[in-house]
Amino acid sequence: MYALVDGNNFYVSCERVFRPSLNGRPVVVLSNNDGCAIARSNEAKALGIKMGAPWFQIRQMEETHGLVALSANFTLYGDMSDRMMSLAAGLGPTQEVYSIDESFIGLQGVRGDLTRRGHVIRERIHQWVGIPCGIGIGHTKTLAKLANHIAKTAERKPGSYPSELAQVCNLTTLPAQDLDDVLAATQVEEVWGVGRRIAAQLHEGGVHTVLDLARLDPATVRRRWSVVLERTVRELQGMPCIALDDAPAPKKEIACTRAFGTAITDLPPLVEAVSEFASRAAEKLRKQNSLSSQLLVFCHTSPFRPGPRFNKSVVVPLRRPTADTGKLVWAAAAGMRRMYEPGYRMAKAGVMLLDLVPASVQQGELDLEDEDHRDRSRLMEAIDTLNTRYGKGTVHSAATGGSSKAPREWGMKQERRTPYYTTRWEDVPIARA
Amino acid sequence: MYSFWNSPLPVPYDAAVQALALPVCGVSVRAGFPSPADDFVVERLDIMQLLVKHPQATYFWKVRGDSMLNAGIDDGSIIVVDRALRPKHGCIVVALVDGECTVKYLYQRAGRIKLRAANPTYPDIVPRDSQTIEVWGVVRGCVKIFATS
Repeated sequence: MYALVDGNNFYVSCERVFRPSLNGRPVVVLSNNDGCAIARSNEAKALGIKMGAPWFQIRQMEETHGLVALSANFTLYGDMSDRMMSLAAGLGPTQEVYSIDESFIGLQGVRGDLTRRGHVIRERIHQWVGIPCGIGIGHTKTLAKLANHIAKTAERKPGSYPSELAQVCNLTTLPAQDLDDVLAATQVEEVWGVGRRIAAQLHEGGVHTVLDLARLDPATVRRRWSVVLERTVRELQGMPCIALDDAPAPKKEIACTRAFGTAITDLPPLVEAVSEFASRAAEKLRKQNSLSSQLLVFCHTSPFRPGPRFNKSVVVPLRRPTADTGKLVWAAAAGMRRMYEPGYRMAKAGVMLLDLVPASVQQGELDLEDEDHRDRSRLMEAIDTLNTRYGKGTVHSAATGGSSKAPREWGMKQERRTPYYTTRWEDVPIARA
Repeated sequence: MYSFWNSPLPVPYDAAVQALALPVCGVSVRAGFPSPADDFVVERLDIMQLLVKHPQATYFWKVRGDSMLNAGIDDGSIIVVDRALRPKHGCIVVALVDGECTVKYLYQRAGRIKLRAANPTYPDIVPRDSQTIEVWGVVRGCVKIFATS
């Protein structure tokens, strides 16, 4: 049996802990560079603001509806998430942190009234940390996720589901008829793993509600759709098919991409930017003990602004799989120089490391050409240690330019970011006395 | 509602709170006689142990103003606010009044609630009819730095 604990409108809730005056007002949190809405308060949802709505399209609501928009403060959200996850772990013996605001808890062996237990933990997270959450409990992870959706919807839209399912929804204790009613009141697109395309196909085939989906024959689903959907159907029927991932699997590719604060037209800052992205990606690569065999660099103009369009990417094959910052930065800069054309206002660039292999696997080969063979893994280790201890970017490749003191031309635009309330002494909130 | 103040559910250990990485003893000795101090390895005192009782619920705030002078809270003090502590009559709290956060004594007697300053020049804050006082958290301690170099 599983529970899913999920913070309500998480980023907005984090901001409200330190700015209670935002309670009751429509609030959105904007993505990097204040591009689009990535979190919305219930009031903002009620105004019809969609997830991912571009800022310039909803901007006028600042004046017409008192909308408050904030730049994402991931430092703050990370710390609040940590507090929340640590308390959520009290629900059961195992935990999988699934995203910044969601975590699955394994409930095997937990005795007593699980619904009550859920309410106690929910209240504790709300009181101690300040974040409201929803908790869903089910026999499988898919059902727990569905239960979580019901818990949140029942609270936000009274009347959509029985009110006793609000905040904490335990599907395992519902009588069979009530369970069927709840599943029949939920559309298939709310099911974990059912994407927009599959949902459209299901609707076409007359499968509209979760109950319809759960009543399909798994073997037929497998023949007509896929093994993945068959697994989802079995999970909905209460048969666990997706285990708790205690340790996330190594990523198959690593990306570091960012939109620029202001458009860039010159080559040097673009090279600096992708060098920085390659360094960041290299750090992530070493953290999971992998090597990369190919590096992709891309760069494009804004799809929203007028003017000539540019959208290119280059894959740079690496001589040997590597996790060496120097080599990856060189490859990223070479790729950028290769595809650069003057006269375009670039809005975003990024680096992706592809074809990752474990550091323990090395292809042996003959020495056919001269190359720097020195093993620099200890140097990389030292750099990572220094950057962990003294802060990001303490030691960095000179190609990335700038320093923490001189802001870089391509730096992020975060005009509306709140202070780092919990991680920097200069930023702690002020109380009047 | 469910009472979580005295709930029997244990709070999990917070792995995020780390002590300073400074071992007191335990210097490695390559050869020869083992250090007699090795059997007495202990953790050096850490002020966080005194200040922080519930790591997940503890936040630091900075104080601006002199209304709590007689309680030992000066302008510029850092206060340790614990949201897991139950607000009781007589304790110092961070409270929300009209969306503003203020530090005051909580007065809670005979069904009446008000906020009291620790400075006679400040009047009590008594909620008017439509006004609510919400306690954000209980002040557990106060940190003052006297010399900076």
